[in-house]
Amino acid sequence: MTEPPEAEPSANGPLVVEADSVTRTFGPVVALAGVSLNVRRGEVFALIGPNGAGKSTLMKILTTMQPMTSGTARVAGFDVARQAQDVRRRIGYVPQLLSADGDLTGFENMMLSARLYLIPAEQRRRMIHEALERMGLHDAAGRLVRTYSGGMARRLEIAQSTLHRPDVLFMDEPTVGLDPDGRKAVWANVAALQRETGAAVIFSTHYMDEAEGVCDRLAVIARGRLAAVGAPAELRARIGAGATLDDVFTTLTEEVPA
Amino acid sequence: MTGRRNAVGDYLTQLLAVADAEVAKLIHDPWDLVSRAVQPILWLLLFGQVMAHVRGIAAGDGSYIDFLAPGVLAQSVLFVAIFYGLSAIWERDLGVLHRYLVSPAPRSALVLGKALASGARGASQGLVIYACSALMGVKLSLAPANMVGVIALILLASALFSTFSLVIACIVKTRERFMGVGQFLTMPIFFASNAIYPLAMMPDWLKAIARANPLSYEVDALRSLMLASGHSQFGVGTDFAVLVGCVGVLVIVATRMYPRLTE
Repeated sequence: MTEPPEAEPSANGPLVVEADSVTRTFGPVVALAGVSLNVRRGEVFALIGPNGAGKSTLMKILTTMQPMTSGTARVAGFDVARQAQDVRRRIGYVPQLLSADGDLTGFENMMLSARLYLIPAEQRRRMIHEALERMGLHDAAGRLVRTYSGGMARRLEIAQSTLHRPDVLFMDEPTVGLDPDGRKAVWANVAALQRETGAAVIFSTHYMDEAEGVCDRLAVIARGRLAAVGAPAELRARIGAGATLDDVFTTLTEEVPA
Repeated sequence: MTGRRNAVGDYLTQLLAVADAEVAKLIHDPWDLVSRAVQPILWLLLFGQVMAHVRGIAAGDGSYIDFLAPGVLAQSVLFVAIFYGLSAIWERDLGVLHRYLVSPAPRSALVLGKALASGARGASQGLVIYACSALMGVKLSLAPANMVGVIALILLASALFSTFSLVIACIVKTRERFMGVGQFLTMPIFFASNAIYPLAMMPDWLKAIARANPLSYEVDALRSLMLASGHSQFGVGTDFAVLVGCVGVLVIVATRMYPRLTE
């Protein structure tokens, strides 16, 4: 077993996300203006930016949910535009909206994912029970998800999105609307999974403190462009002694030309 | 289940996963099935009883109720299936659709899984309508081959109209617009067909529309297979061919459009 990732966890791990000049326009509106970005296996990577900066659009493009206007991107070694199905087999995605079905039980939601991801029939039940156990949802497995708290539903979705051991886990604002305990539980679970599987985790957030505590590197994104990419400490040093990540965020998002 | 998996088995696993999830929801909350069963009973009981006394309807050999029962079955399958587009939009708004679309399941397996689920709902309507018709003295055919044919028709028609509804949903994209368009489409599909009166009664222009309406072919085959003394006007083979053809085209179109619902 390898050590848990440090600040520079896997400087020579293989690239699992390679985005090159990814651009997306909606008519005259430029949502993404040439974003280039690399993420390595085992990295926890945060996308930070104000609403409408392009975080969700970038994530939807990388998860094959939306086409790009120009540029190229490879995820888990496959081209997102031309090999979408190969990409989908190797990624997990927790969308911003709650994607677990409230009218099904936790177990049924897991079974749906297990079958969609073609987990062999004889392993499904065991893997689902293990995953639910790990997420602290075992006792709630038979309950309809609409009776879950926000944090429980999120943990279920993470379990659903990682059952097939993805190379990259994408999470779009995974802790929005959760109370502090719920947020803590989500990150504890993601960290454990990440250590265990070595997957890369890419998430977007508004919460600076959250990014700082959890990620190896982060990208500040504003008006469809990357304002900066680096380790939290590195970016803080760039702004000046004693700068917080909030200062970094404010300074960098203001610097980007409209 | 050992050894290498095969593509067909994988496809069916994914298709059935989608259908099973829908059926599980019905089992958790059967209220929807119960409330939907009321409408066809009312058609048979109220509309059927009154119209049976209207002399002008040439309903063939049997009584008007015999003529009406297959039409009411087709109608309830239509009304159940046409709701699937709305539920797709609803799933998009909730976020559930993302979970399907980000999975490696082929889009056509997702579309067909939903279509099959619609068929399961339709089949439950079929049971109610058979029971109600029998109580009202409709001379039903219970020959196994005919029953299998009726189930196949319910599945085909459910697939046809649920997929059609999905295509509409992908075009209009919002619940509000779908509600309007859905009403606007369902009524003509139902009334411009042979479901509650024979084609022979229609003016020529309406007859032309009814002959282009797949619901007419469904009803035609149902009349032949459901009733003891039933016969088909177009030929059951033609009926099935039209339905299969329509389903094929709609599944291809829906498969292309479904992913765009999240954009």
